[in-house]
Amino acid sequence: MKLYRIRGGVHPKDNKAPTAGKPIEDLPLARRLYIPLQQHIGAPAEPRVAIGQRVLKGELLAHSQGLVSAPVHAPSSGIITAIGDYTAPHPSGLPVSTITLETDGLDEAVPPGEEINPFLLSGTEIAARVGSAGIVGMGGAAFPSAIKLNSSSRIRTLIINGGECEPYLTADDRLMREYAEQIVDGVRIMLHALRSIDAMIAIEDNKPEALAAIRAAAKPYRFVQAISIPSRYPMGSEKHMIQALTGKEVPAGKRPSDLGIVVHNVGTAYAVHRALRFHEPLTSRIVTISGGAVREPKNLRVAIGTPIKALFDYCGGFKLASERLLMGGPMMGQIMPSDMVPVVKGTNGVIALAKSEVTIQAPMSCIRCSRCVEACPCGLLPLEMAARARHNDLDGVLDYGLMDCISCGSCSYVCPSNIPLVQYFNYAKGLYAHAQAEQRKNEQIRELAAKRSERMVRLEREKKEAAMRAKAERDRKKAAAADKATPERADA
Amino acid sequence: MSSITPISGPHTRTHRSVFSIMHHVQLALLPATAFGVYLFGWPALFLLVLCIFTAWIAELFCLWLAGKLIRPSATDGSAVLTGWLLALSLPPWAPWWIAVLGALIAIIIGKHIFGGLGQNLFNPAMLSRTALLIAFPLEMTTWASPAPFGSTNAPGIMEAMAITFGGASIDGLASATVMGHVKTESTLGHGLSLSLPNGYASADYALGFVNGSLGETSALLILLGGLYLIALRIITWHIPVAMIGTVIVMSLGFHLINPEQYPGAIFQVLSGGVLLGAFFIATDLVTSPSSTLGKLIFGAGCGAFTYLIRTWGGFPEGVAFAVILMNALTPLIDHYCRPRIYGRDHKGRPLASDNPTEQKE
Repeated sequence: MKLYRIRGGVHPKDNKAPTAGKPIEDLPLARRLYIPLQQHIGAPAEPRVAIGQRVLKGELLAHSQGLVSAPVHAPSSGIITAIGDYTAPHPSGLPVSTITLETDGLDEAVPPGEEINPFLLSGTEIAARVGSAGIVGMGGAAFPSAIKLNSSSRIRTLIINGGECEPYLTADDRLMREYAEQIVDGVRIMLHALRSIDAMIAIEDNKPEALAAIRAAAKPYRFVQAISIPSRYPMGSEKHMIQALTGKEVPAGKRPSDLGIVVHNVGTAYAVHRALRFHEPLTSRIVTISGGAVREPKNLRVAIGTPIKALFDYCGGFKLASERLLMGGPMMGQIMPSDMVPVVKGTNGVIALAKSEVTIQAPMSCIRCSRCVEACPCGLLPLEMAARARHNDLDGVLDYGLMDCISCGSCSYVCPSNIPLVQYFNYAKGLYAHAQAEQRKNEQIRELAAKRSERMVRLEREKKEAAMRAKAERDRKKAAAADKATPERADA
Repeated sequence: MSSITPISGPHTRTHRSVFSIMHHVQLALLPATAFGVYLFGWPALFLLVLCIFTAWIAELFCLWLAGKLIRPSATDGSAVLTGWLLALSLPPWAPWWIAVLGALIAIIIGKHIFGGLGQNLFNPAMLSRTALLIAFPLEMTTWASPAPFGSTNAPGIMEAMAITFGGASIDGLASATVMGHVKTESTLGHGLSLSLPNGYASADYALGFVNGSLGETSALLILLGGLYLIALRIITWHIPVAMIGTVIVMSLGFHLINPEQYPGAIFQVLSGGVLLGAFFIATDLVTSPSSTLGKLIFGAGCGAFTYLIRTWGGFPEGVAFAVILMNALTPLIDHYCRPRIYGRDHKGRPLASDNPTEQKE
């Protein structure tokens, strides 16, 4: 198949070897699970269990709130011991609403529903089932998947992202090697739901085994194609994968569905297969545990809510001091504030980098080498944007395309002066969000003030009118009284 | 974890640093420099060392004066490179004070007045060379004839001391560069058949056994260094190709119109500073545009100005002026030549979405 060129990009050392060859192992169930109510983009789920209640594996813990949201289910049986704040798996370490489940080790599940043939269901019904299974984008972004299966636009092409372009991570690679048939089944179900014409499962060429497995599993189905794409970061970015496969760009401010395309992750396809074939909600996922500090890097199947410390412990702990603890890969992953944060639906890896793997150097002056311009897959000028962000010139940095930046980090990766460009852009994006919120607030205030003054004018007018009416009434009465007082000259 | 560590990714990076970039550029300059020192002997070596040393001291002084961190900036190799490039653009037997003054102008006025590394608008070495040429036209246009080590003309170390530090006259050992010669002759109304009766010895110029600035004589070795930088992706091909290409196209065109008055392309490219300028000066990262289209325009501008100044200007050589002129235009070029953003057209408007199938019922 003809592939198209994407702009820029980098070739970081992939460091996938320590885990790529290792089969997925099941992590023993942790004593306590911490299940955040917001593991996805959108509104947090609303709890519907009480403290002290016993729940079974797969039971609904919190239901979806609003249009963009996802429910949360119990990963195992046990007692709810707390519903309240717990450290979020986010660099801020701020608390988020979390359900604490004390597992009882019985792993007692809710009775499975009757077996159904997903191909007899309508697209809307499949989307509804995917939504109620709590499935979100498994590639890291964690956008509720049901929304992307229930598009208002006609979807012709379903792209399944098996790129996994982040270094170290091999969770998708292992999933594709070990569960190729299940993934292809999930893809067929999604195709059926979307009534799309064909599906492309795109896999970077550094994963030949995964490609062969998927290719074999997809062989009976002409409309499911496994495609090898060049290994280049950020190939796994939705926008760039679409460009590489179709030559089309998603217009600024639009979504892939506007091009008739939807992109889902391979992990999502697998979760859809489990949900539609076995009524299984999303309560576990495959996580890569790697990094130079980890004694025995592995791929594990982990219950959602397991503290990441349990993952490292199972991997033999640390052989070197962990310099940076990351959730996600080293390019876009985030620093974790503690090893007690839980695995969530979007956790594709936890990485403990040793000192030798992290180059901490003080940033130097920009020498305008424009390596960042060459590396940017979005055609931006990171050096100009950073210069403006540094001086809080929000208009300037927006003019240079801040909101077209996908924060992939290619620019920072190549910068010879160690300038934390992405940090500047994230800061500027924060400024922008804040400015927009301020503006919305001001508009609301202005609207309210306008309404109030309008109301005051109306009240005033009404009062005046009432007074005038009252006066008129009085005058009439007075006149009437006067009339009565002076006898009518009927004969006049 | 250090508190200055940014929390956002990426948490890994390439090992290329500012120092390694400067280091590779210096490595690329080494063959042409070594040849220049060989060709012009001890005075050339003195000049090179003086330029580099003065530039480095001036850098330290400016950093100290500005209250900046001295260590990372003083060891990044950029000041050394500036001094080096300046030396390569000077007449090899120039007196010591040309070197010292030049290096001071380059670092203090050319670089630190603008705010130091990365902030300068003009290429410091070229700014300094231009200032020197205007202020000291005699010293800056006295070209020693090649006197390689071991040849009969080669000055001994004491003679060299006298040339560089003692103000010894080198008139007897000097002659005009071929470009200067052609220029002077043409102002007297003499055509090329008169000024270059034996034609142009292009092989000599390609190899470099001619007079000229310290580092610009050997076209071949400069090309070698330039290709090394392109291979390492420290510079891209755009500026050198655009600059040399423009010089070739213009000189060919005018040569075709009047071969008696306008020298051909080989003469224009191989003599003087076009190659050194194209690969090492115009490609200066700080003072050249950042987009691909910008680089092409910038390179073409450098080539065009070089040709215009050489052909109709008052000076026989125009590379330094051309680069400085285009440096001044770099912010403008950068402003207008931005790469196309993903999902937008060249004017920054969102692309039209072209889903041919209509909305679902």
